[in-house]
Amino acid sequence: MHSENKAIRDRDNSKHPNYLLCAVIGLVTGIANGLFGSGGGTIAVPAMIHFLKAEEHKAHATAISVILPLTIVSSVFYIVRGYADWGLTLKVTAGGLVGGYIGARLLNKCPDKLLRRIFAVFMAAAGIKMIISK
Amino acid sequence: MTGWNWIILFLTGLAAGIISGMGVGGGAILIPALVFVANPGQHIAQSVNLLFFIPTAIVALIIHIKNKNIDFKMAVPLIISGLCGALTGSWIASGLEAGLLRKLFGWFLLAMSVYEMFRKGKKES
Repeated sequence: MHSENKAIRDRDNSKHPNYLLCAVIGLVTGIANGLFGSGGGTIAVPAMIHFLKAEEHKAHATAISVILPLTIVSSVFYIVRGYADWGLTLKVTAGGLVGGYIGARLLNKCPDKLLRRIFAVFMAAAGIKMIISK
Repeated sequence: MTGWNWIILFLTGLAAGIISGMGVGGGAILIPALVFVANPGQHIAQSVNLLFFIPTAIVALIIHIKNKNIDFKMAVPLIISGLCGALTGSWIASGLEAGLLRKLFGWFLLAMSVYEMFRKGKKES
């Protein structure tokens, strides 16, 4: 009986995601994206894997399709409020496009675990510096 | 001076691009790097990251759509609630003083780094 219910639930999940969970995850992702101008993917990808039972590679791809429209809306809001520096954006994006290409090529060659460790240490150090600096 | 500035900002973007191309969050690198290198103010650093994401995401999205990697049934409800969140978050940010927003961002980074370390530990066990 119990396993039968579970089987039915699993089948339902494969057709329709839990809309309440989607609403909460979307809202939190959107707030982070707007408030911090980043971090949407950091929240959405694990949330989709753990709570919505998405496969990892689909979660990454689906997260981009979610975060892109959110980023466009947040960008428009920031631009309207006068928080855009086009010269700065152009210089950084030019580097970013080249870097993105290099990064994609390196993806399979660099030890992911080591990279994540370095990344986490950098984030912690940068976070602390931003909190304590005047 | 302007030439030097160009090179530093280009390299900052390059580093962030390499990191995000490897599938790790680019904003967590780009925003603090911009704040430390150019100090344009927290709001502008965040807007640079938002705008920076758009062209790269469009290219990635086209590839993912072609490879049928996107779960649209999941994406649509997430986008609908996400748009409400994005407007709310942007509205809150625009009402905050830059120094306070930078400190909040610092806490957010710290939380993400703790999560990143915890997640790794869990996977290894």
